[in-house]
Amino acid sequence: MSMQLSRRNLLKAGGALVISFALPLPTFAQRADPYSGKSLDVGEVDGFFAVNQDGSVTLFCGKVDLGTGLRIAIPQMAAEELGIAVKHITLIEGDTDLTPNQGPTAGSTGVMRGGVQIRQAAATARVALIRMAAERMGRTPAELTAAEGEVRPKSGGAGIGFGALVGNRHFGLKLDPKAPLKDPASYTIVGRSLQRPDLPAKLTGRHIYMHDFKLPGMLHGRVIRPAAVGAKLLSVDEGSIKSIPGARVVRIGDFLGVLAEDEWDCISAARALQVKWSEAANLVGHQAVRDWMLAGPFEAEQALIKKGDARGALAAATKRVAASYYWPPQSHASMGPSCAVADIRPGKATIWTASQSTHRYVPAFAKILDLPQAAVRLIYLDGSGCYGMNGHEDAAADAALLSRAVDRPVRVQWMREDELGWDPKGPPQLLALEGALAADGSISAWRTEMWLPRATANLPNIPLLSPEAAGIRQVPGIAAGLITQNGDPSYAVPNIDVMVHWMKDAPLRPSNIRAPGKVANMFAVESFADELAALAGADPVEFRLRGLADARGIEVLKRTAALIGWQTRGARSTSGTGRGIAYCHYKHSETYVGMAMEVEVERASGRIRVRRVACAHDCGLVINPDALRAQIEGNILQTLSRALFEEVRFDRSRVTSTTWKSYPILTFPDVPEIRIDLVLRQNLPPLGGGEASSAPVPAALANAVYDACGARLRTAPFSRERVKTAMEKGEYA
Amino acid sequence: MPTYRFSVNGEARSVETRDPAQPLLYVLRNALGLTGTKFGCGEGQCGSCSVLLDGKLALSCQTPVSAVAGRKVTTIEGLGTPEQPHPVQAAFIAEQAAQCGYCANGMMMKSVELLAANPKPTRDEVKAALAGHLCRCGTHDRILRAVARASGRAAT
Repeated sequence: MSMQLSRRNLLKAGGALVISFALPLPTFAQRADPYSGKSLDVGEVDGFFAVNQDGSVTLFCGKVDLGTGLRIAIPQMAAEELGIAVKHITLIEGDTDLTPNQGPTAGSTGVMRGGVQIRQAAATARVALIRMAAERMGRTPAELTAAEGEVRPKSGGAGIGFGALVGNRHFGLKLDPKAPLKDPASYTIVGRSLQRPDLPAKLTGRHIYMHDFKLPGMLHGRVIRPAAVGAKLLSVDEGSIKSIPGARVVRIGDFLGVLAEDEWDCISAARALQVKWSEAANLVGHQAVRDWMLAGPFEAEQALIKKGDARGALAAATKRVAASYYWPPQSHASMGPSCAVADIRPGKATIWTASQSTHRYVPAFAKILDLPQAAVRLIYLDGSGCYGMNGHEDAAADAALLSRAVDRPVRVQWMREDELGWDPKGPPQLLALEGALAADGSISAWRTEMWLPRATANLPNIPLLSPEAAGIRQVPGIAAGLITQNGDPSYAVPNIDVMVHWMKDAPLRPSNIRAPGKVANMFAVESFADELAALAGADPVEFRLRGLADARGIEVLKRTAALIGWQTRGARSTSGTGRGIAYCHYKHSETYVGMAMEVEVERASGRIRVRRVACAHDCGLVINPDALRAQIEGNILQTLSRALFEEVRFDRSRVTSTTWKSYPILTFPDVPEIRIDLVLRQNLPPLGGGEASSAPVPAALANAVYDACGARLRTAPFSRERVKTAMEKGEYA
Repeated sequence: MPTYRFSVNGEARSVETRDPAQPLLYVLRNALGLTGTKFGCGEGQCGSCSVLLDGKLALSCQTPVSAVAGRKVTTIEGLGTPEQPHPVQAAFIAEQAAQCGYCANGMMMKSVELLAANPKPTRDEVKAALAGHLCRCGTHDRILRAVARASGRAAT
């Protein structure tokens, strides 16, 4: 039986009781049957583009829109380079049967890698379309241009539409890395704040999220997680749910799920089911993580940067300072608990998921389900924002195991306690820094020691919960992204060491969380730069500018200072208000960000109020300024939340911060005024906007708190108790 | 099975349920196919599941279906359509006030309730009104601007 879905089936699925309301419409991914069997090669134009008979273009993108605006930015890049209006481009995202594998949508690479690849394919296609038209028109390619979906003479006159040139046929072309790109000065689409096409449906309740997707015959499933991490399933009393019609249990080893036709029945059964688990106390507890990291044993120690003689220069220095910084495990804390739908039949698996990494997980699901990779299709649907690997992939595995067990489609949505309790967590990070000043007040020596969980070499993917519980073999290991980057300052330092103590494991299963590693590293490095500035008796902006040679970096720092109204002042604050600044050159090779804050600290309570945030941002070519601003605003507010409020709490057995009361995040009353200054460099390559501006947020905040009340915060989150303690130890005490 | 009759977006509906305690949220999403109302926490702590019940905000995850019998429920779908959005929805679209958009339902329902009672709220009043509505993408500032726009007050 074909697993391809027709629109009619989908309408039937959602339609039984829905008579008088707008029906859920299938997304493009489900309408995409005409393209089955198409090229999936990132090296071919046909991998990315299909020109339809009517001249419209279908764009196949391996990167996905995670709420980030890629759904408008990528079509803008393609439309500009092809010469067609954005409205004539249909985007298909993250469908492993249709889209080329452009890697996961992670690391702020959506535009800078994914978009750039598609832009080059579009340029290749444009050259080919012009060449085809030139042959038909008996002109030279140089006389022609592509615009508004047709190739036409530059001198005016009738053109030939893309549909007439290549409609419903393949290009059959390798992507030409040298195909000429349009001159940015001629751009009419890139650089404009076009509105995101999905928002009208999202904001009127019509958009079909992952959570809203239904299949005919679909069951609802819930997975019962163990009472303690690593606990064994001892017994299940199936009689405890016999009063709930149709509810049934699926048990595979220590994997335990319940299924029902109706979602509320399923939830009721999951709550009522009597289960006995073994005791387990395999965790270290959140309060012990810092000591646990220092204690080792360590798998390896690795020098990351070594220049000059940092130890010698530190020993010889008269002005030096040392400090340690700690960042706790944090949850992705998605608003909607993870959800997936799987339809696993003999010989064929189709999984709808909000994963950032549909292509990466095809081999994983093939192994889990014992199917050839060609029989496994993952289709991206919008989820709740994830900001890294949350529980989306685990929910997909939950649904897949349950569907396979009953030979029917199954939808699994996690509950709130599943998401905060079991999503893979951002790893803890510990950094010890030492620095010294030369006689002229510049930084003469710097050492960074990091304690970090080490990514398992060649790990194909982060192992998933349900296969593990079910005893299905997965490659064991951990990964959390490139978490050592930005562990050294961006300023000129003649003697510098950066090294890492690699831990074999993490206190909780880790994964990448927004700006992996860089948030904690820059918290330490840019706070410590402030400590050195204080030691030098220098203004924090001046101190940073003295160490910078990169003109783009200097510009964002100066613009940030101007935006917040920075004034050099010698005396400490007496009003309880303060301002701080931090500078970020993301990964030392990508986006430039200046971040400044103005805060107020209530001395009696230790409460921090962020009043104003100013950010100057240079990510090269800006595709869609308003969508970029939205990303920067999101980075600022989300990272303020992480810095002010967030730490996963756990005891020896389980995560205990599993509600919004025990894992609080930023709320509206905490929202500051935000001002953003975009540096437009439309002649330069585009860099990422999805992460960079989160990295300098904690340090800018901590530096502002220091300025306000003398409290140097070196442990996140910046709770009232921590602020009060730091004030007592602080220089203003 | 017990049957409950109530109005949803101006239309009379009738729903059978085995369990009178079934939250309205699941009735809307599953029996009635109105998936614009979202499950966020099931504990009344995030606001994603907000609807209007007789014009007042209600958390549908905390409202048993039995409690809405004979009452008027308005969901996000009942405010407006993509073609003809409600002024609050139009303002959210104009300000591009959603990233993933999963929580946006609650923000808009709360804003409709707020503006009915206080047509020109200050930024601080909007912040206070939305204090129980969580957003993880960090769209708060745009949401504040959108509510200001819907109220006819210049965003600050």
